[in-house]
Amino acid sequence: MTSLTALCTLLAVSALLIIISYIAWKGIGSLSFQFLTDSPKPVGEGGGIGNAILGSLVLLLISSVFGLPLGICVGIYLSEVGKGRLAGVVRFIVDTLTGIPSIVTGVFVYAVLVLPMKHFSALAGGVALALIMIPIVARTTEEMLKLVPHSLREGALALGAPQWRMTMGVIIPAAAPGIATGAMLAIARVSGETAPLLFTAFGSRFFTTSLNEPIASLTVQIYNYALSPYDEWHAQAWAATLVLMTLVLGINIMVRFLTRKKF
Amino acid sequence: MFLVALLMVGIVVAMVVALAADSMLSIRQFGFGFLTSQRWNPIQGDFGALPFIYGTVASSLIALLISVPLSMGIAIFLVEQAPYYIARPVGFLVELLAAIPSVVYGLWGIFVLAPFLREYIEPALAKWFGWTPFFRGSITGIGLLTGGIILAIMVTPIISAVVRDVLTAVPGTQREAALALGATKWEMIRVVLVNGAPGIAGAVILGLGRAVGETMAVTMVIGNRPQISFSLFEPSYTIASAIANEFTEATGDLYLSALVELGLILFLVTFVVNGIARVLVWNVTRKTGGVGKAA
Repeated sequence: MTSLTALCTLLAVSALLIIISYIAWKGIGSLSFQFLTDSPKPVGEGGGIGNAILGSLVLLLISSVFGLPLGICVGIYLSEVGKGRLAGVVRFIVDTLTGIPSIVTGVFVYAVLVLPMKHFSALAGGVALALIMIPIVARTTEEMLKLVPHSLREGALALGAPQWRMTMGVIIPAAAPGIATGAMLAIARVSGETAPLLFTAFGSRFFTTSLNEPIASLTVQIYNYALSPYDEWHAQAWAATLVLMTLVLGINIMVRFLTRKKF
Repeated sequence: MFLVALLMVGIVVAMVVALAADSMLSIRQFGFGFLTSQRWNPIQGDFGALPFIYGTVASSLIALLISVPLSMGIAIFLVEQAPYYIARPVGFLVELLAAIPSVVYGLWGIFVLAPFLREYIEPALAKWFGWTPFFRGSITGIGLLTGGIILAIMVTPIISAVVRDVLTAVPGTQREAALALGATKWEMIRVVLVNGAPGIAGAVILGLGRAVGETMAVTMVIGNRPQISFSLFEPSYTIASAIANEFTEATGDLYLSALVELGLILFLVTFVVNGIARVLVWNVTRKTGGVGKAA
C-alpha cells in the first residue's frame, strides 16, 4: 500500500514538473527583448506582449491600492478588534468570499461599474481583482496577527498604551513580515486571474495607462492567442505563459523561502 | 476597522442584490422553468440552464472521482509515511500546483493533454468500454473527459492540503492507542481516517466548490456546446464557461439577463457548498488549534 500512496504523490509531482518543463521548452524559443516590449501586431508581422505586461502591472497596482489596505484592515478587525458573534459572521463571510468564482466577481463589477460607466476600463478590472484579493489578504493577515505572542500585547497594555496604539505600534510591526508575505501571495494569485478581466478591463492592443480605458493584460492575451488559429500566435502564447509563470512561481517560491526560518 | 468589516458584509449583500436585479428580466420571463429547460436559443430568446448545470455537475463529478483517491493517497503518504525531509519539499511541490494560473492549465490542456487523450487514451477507452454509454461518439480530444481531467489536476492540491491539515489535527493519542491495541500500520491509518472523516468530507466539498467555479481552463478544453450527452467524449458546457464565452457577445437585455441569472445560480451554489465545507473543516481543525491554510 505504501507504494500506492507514493505513486499518487509521484503522479502529482510529475504533473507539475511536466507542465512547467513543457512551458519552459515551448516558450523559450519566442522570447526576445523585442517580444517583451512590442505591442501586438497582425499575424505575420511579429509583435509582442509589451502592452500586456504593462497592463498587468497597472491592474496589479490598482488592485493592490484598493485590496491590500482593506484586506489588512479586515484582518486586523478579525484578529484584534472583533469579539463575539459579529466577528464570527464576518469571518464566515470572508471565508466564503474566498470561494466565490472569479467570474461571478467579474459579473458583479460589470453590473456595478461597467454598466453605469458605459465602457470597459482598467479601473473596473482593478476593482474586480481587488475584490478577489481582499478575502485572501484578510485571512493571511488574521493568521499572522494571531501568531504574535500574547506577552507582547500584555507588555504594551501594561505600559499604558491604548488598544489602538498597541495594535498599530507593537502588533503590526511584529507581524509585518508575515503580512507582507501574505500580500505577496495574494498578488501572485491575482496576477494569474483571467475570468474577471474578460468583461471589465476587456483588453487592448495599445500601450495605455489610463484608468478610464480598456487595458490589456498578460492572462487575457494568453487566452486570446491560445484560441486563435495561427501557429505564430500560439508560439507567442507559450512565451507569454513562460513570463507569467516566472512571475507567479517566482513569488511563490520566494515567499516559501522567506517563511522557512520561522518553522 | 469595524466599518471595514461591515464593508465585507455589504459587499456580499451588494453582490446578491446586483446579480438578482440584473437577472430579474430573465427570472420574470422564464421563472422556475429556467432550471429545467434544455434550450439555449439566443436568436429566439429562449434560454434554459439545464445543459450548463449538467456540464458543471458532470465535469466536477469526474474531477472528484479522479482527484479524491489521488489526494487521499498524497495526504496519507505525506502525513503518515514520508520522513520529514521528504514531506516538506514534496508537500510544497504539490501545493505549487495550486499556484499555476488557470489559463496556463487551459493552454497546456489544448496543446498537450487533448492530443495525448485523442491519440492514446480515448481510443483505448473506446475499445474497452465502448459498450457503455459513457465512451461513445467521435474522438476529438476536446470534451467532458478532458475538462474533468484538467479540473482534477487543479483540485487535487486543494483537497490534499486540507486533508493533510485534517490528518495532522487528529490527536497523536488516537494513533498510539490503536498501535497499543495491536493494530497494524494500515489499521491505525484507518482509525485516523475515520477520526478525521468530517474534515475529509469538508475537504472534498471544498474541492467541489473550486471545481464548480473554475472557468478558464474548462472553457478552453470542454468544447463549449450546450448539450446533454452521457458520453465523456462529447463536448459540453459549464455555467462558468458560458458566462465567459458569451457575456461580451450578448445581444439584447434578455440574453444578458439570462447570463447574469446563470451567474446568480453559480454564486448561490458555491456559497452554499463552501459554507458547508468550511463548517465541516473548522470543526475538525479547531480542536487542536490547527491553522487551516486552505483558501
